[in-house]
Amino acid sequence: MTAISVTVNGRPHTAQVEPRRLLVDFLREDLGLVGTHIGCEHGVCGTCTVLLDGRSIRSCITLAVQADGAEISTVEGLADGAELHPLQDEFSEKQGLQCGYCTPGMLMRASEILAGNPDPSPAEVREAIASNLCRCTGYQFIVEAVLGAAERMRAEKETAS
Amino acid sequence: MTTVDSTTGDRIAADRAASAPPVRPHSAERRWVGQSIRRVEDPKFLRGRGGYIADRITPGTLHAAVLRSPHPHARITGFDVAAAQAAPGVHAVITGAQAAQLCDPMPDFGPDPTRHTWRCLAAEKVRYVGEGVAVVVADSRYLAEDALELIEVGYEPLPAVVDPERALDAGVPLVHEALESNCAYERSFDFGDVDRDFAEADLVIRDRLRWHRSGGQPLETVGAIADYDPGTGGFVIETNTLSFTSYLFMVAAALKVPVNRLDIRPAPAGGSFGSKLFANKPAVIAAMCARATGRKVAYIEDRVDNISNCDHHGSDRLYDVELAVMRDGTMRGIKIDTIDDYGAYIQFGVGHHGNALAQVTGPYTIGSVRYRVRAALTNKNQQGAYRGFGSEVNNWMLEQMVDKAARELDLDPAAIRRKNFIRQFPYYIPTGNVYDSGDYDKVLDKALELADYEHWRAEQKRLREQGRYIGIGLISAQERSVFSATEFWFWFDEPAAPVTSTPESVSLKVDTTGGITAILYSCAFWGNSPETMVAQFVAEEFDCDPYDVAVVYHGSGDGLPATGPGGSRTTVMLAGAVEGAAGKIKAKARRAAAHLLEIDEDDLEWADGGFGVRGDPERRKTLGEIAIMLHLFKHSFPADMTSGLDESQVYDHPWTTMPSADRKDLGVFYPFMGHACHIPVVEVDIETGAVTFLHYAAVHDCGTLVNPRSLAGHIVGGTAQGIGTALYEEFVYDTDGQLLSSSYLDYLIPTAMEVPELAIGHVETPSPYTPHGVKGGGEGGRMMAPAAINTAVNDALAPLGVRLTELPMTPERILTALRASRKKG
Repeated sequence: MTAISVTVNGRPHTAQVEPRRLLVDFLREDLGLVGTHIGCEHGVCGTCTVLLDGRSIRSCITLAVQADGAEISTVEGLADGAELHPLQDEFSEKQGLQCGYCTPGMLMRASEILAGNPDPSPAEVREAIASNLCRCTGYQFIVEAVLGAAERMRAEKETAS
Repeated sequence: MTTVDSTTGDRIAADRAASAPPVRPHSAERRWVGQSIRRVEDPKFLRGRGGYIADRITPGTLHAAVLRSPHPHARITGFDVAAAQAAPGVHAVITGAQAAQLCDPMPDFGPDPTRHTWRCLAAEKVRYVGEGVAVVVADSRYLAEDALELIEVGYEPLPAVVDPERALDAGVPLVHEALESNCAYERSFDFGDVDRDFAEADLVIRDRLRWHRSGGQPLETVGAIADYDPGTGGFVIETNTLSFTSYLFMVAAALKVPVNRLDIRPAPAGGSFGSKLFANKPAVIAAMCARATGRKVAYIEDRVDNISNCDHHGSDRLYDVELAVMRDGTMRGIKIDTIDDYGAYIQFGVGHHGNALAQVTGPYTIGSVRYRVRAALTNKNQQGAYRGFGSEVNNWMLEQMVDKAARELDLDPAAIRRKNFIRQFPYYIPTGNVYDSGDYDKVLDKALELADYEHWRAEQKRLREQGRYIGIGLISAQERSVFSATEFWFWFDEPAAPVTSTPESVSLKVDTTGGITAILYSCAFWGNSPETMVAQFVAEEFDCDPYDVAVVYHGSGDGLPATGPGGSRTTVMLAGAVEGAAGKIKAKARRAAAHLLEIDEDDLEWADGGFGVRGDPERRKTLGEIAIMLHLFKHSFPADMTSGLDESQVYDHPWTTMPSADRKDLGVFYPFMGHACHIPVVEVDIETGAVTFLHYAAVHDCGTLVNPRSLAGHIVGGTAQGIGTALYEEFVYDTDGQLLSSSYLDYLIPTAMEVPELAIGHVETPSPYTPHGVKGGGEGGRMMAPAAINTAVNDALAPLGVRLTELPMTPERILTALRASRKKG
């Protein structure tokens, strides 16, 4: 067993884990954060995407020990209490989800995209979310949702400044 | 039911008229049905609180992992499980031979289940790579998988049967010795006067077409959590397949318990696309392990399980087709001869071909059909369900034939289709199934407009001069909805499991405050929108806010008769059940309101969420006011009125008839007929074989729209899957029977870069026979896209004399076809 310290959604955790324990299992089973889902289990589909120090990673092919000392963000940290994050709200408005299974990974990836590029073109969004598979939507309404959220987040930022 | 025979034509017409349900008046005034409201399902999923099956594993639950066969075909000579049993954290190891004692064979609608017996684990021999041979139960999935590696299995390899045509030859190895053949089923049907139509034809178009296997591949695999109570001898199983109250007896039989000792509770599914339909094997394995260990056991497939051992690969067909046409483009008759590679078992029989026969002649007035099917057994994972259930394959086959006919007759692809469109409804096709309504010209017109067809024809010409190969595809095809189970068994004169009822039930409960809870049976959330649909229907009936309706998924224990989703039936069947239950609620509420207002029931009318006095609308009782009285003050009402305000409706399939004894008429089994036209524009790179989309227009008509945005989601999502089927996705077995595409590195699912933005159009031709005129549309774009994209690629390559007849059209297949053409030319 190895001792690790990670901050998940702003909350510090210390734990003893087997070196082979996958980050996704640590998040789901040890911390009870089941919003991060398991898809292909070999790093292709992006369903298990979380942010590690602000960058998207596949938690199904990342070991929990590799996250030692890192800050992890998962879908559970997106909403501000009862208030949905603009991305979540736009996914709902544009029906950017059907079964909802890829949605947490897609939301985390989208939040990373908009952090790096607050005003992406539709083509840029398409290319950026190609890291994540969605089997239900055909992506069209996801692209619309991300663009809608980007617009709202820009407006909110302008209002704030 | 009479048979199709010219001498009894009048009688058939009379029988058919008598069997049709009454034509409904549809109100044009709808408040909620037709609105693209946000889905009521979404908030929990957006927060990561979906409650999928793997999210429901509680501490202390044991985990099962299955050992898969590395051999396509081998006799099992023995097991050594001692080391696995002694491994840390292991609670049990169950071999296939032991499982055969603990459980009876799996539910099977196949032709002869005792001779192609399917079990949850292979008992005597393995029949495909990936088939389970043993299961380990341990404290964690990690420990279970550790122990799998310690199991020694003795295998005596046998030659594998891989090619479906060869599988039917004499003297080849047998997948099931008891069957004495690898042909699990063969039958040929004639509908109408095929020989006359071919004799009178000006021209017969012939082709050989090949559709390789792909599958739903939802991002969430199948899983189950089973708990066994030795006190009652009963199971509670949570699973992401259906709770199937109507077919529960078959699962109970596999577990060797009475039906009333089995409660299956549905968890939301992270996608199904058919592939979780009746996917009971994980549930049976988990339950077997729970009974053996006395503990709660979770078995969640991993991705390799779900690719190689899911029992839900899609169709895998070879077609030899002949289409009889006249010079003016009139299509007279079609002869279809197909071999379908079912893999090692055949759980749904040839229901996929029954499905195809519901719309075998497409939107056309083709007058006769010869349909021969041979179901080949091979050493592959068996077929199950994949969005379209065989009808999407038929659409592709038929449209390739129409396309080829248009080329040979030098007709425009839209013109040849218009020449043959059905324009009078209800219309009985040669197989006996009926199309309730449609307006195919309108759909085609709208699609041509959305596609900017003339512009792209000009572009095609202009870019051809620059050496680029642009193709414009065009198909018009059917989208049958609301299946009746006869399609599974009309093949058999003495079916093994005859079922004709495919009911769906809903209970509505009005609480003391007037709030409404809708209870669904056998229905799992599959990524479709049953909660939104029901909420919109309930809101329409009761003038409430759809977001105030609570929806509950009931388990099979004490559940009402229900079949669950499949065959694009959910929305129509739930609409009927809600309508029935709402009618009963309103009848009781009306009587209660009349009593409370001391007025005759007939003087009341429903308006704005309550009953008011006609002409004096201020005198009224809201549903809430009525409900609290009925819940708490029963003795204020006439003696025969009971407390509470909840009612249920078992809604049976509204229009289905029995097949004729001689099977020349299969009866009505898929009457609510949707329709679509897809027009993709592609560019084919003749150097690399890559296909890219320049434009894509899709127009669907699924009757009255309930939530246009949700339907559009099915159109785009289904089209994305159809793009996978057309260009990328294939479960490839090599000549030895090894599965080469057992991960997403090789099984290629389209990303956002491969799926274009669709121009979507809706046409609404209401069904005269369903509530609000709704038809199903859940199978969406996948019914159309493979056919459409194939015609587009062939249009692009036509100047080179190349025609692709095999899906998926991978770069390799396209380049091979181009090379062959160059050699020939």
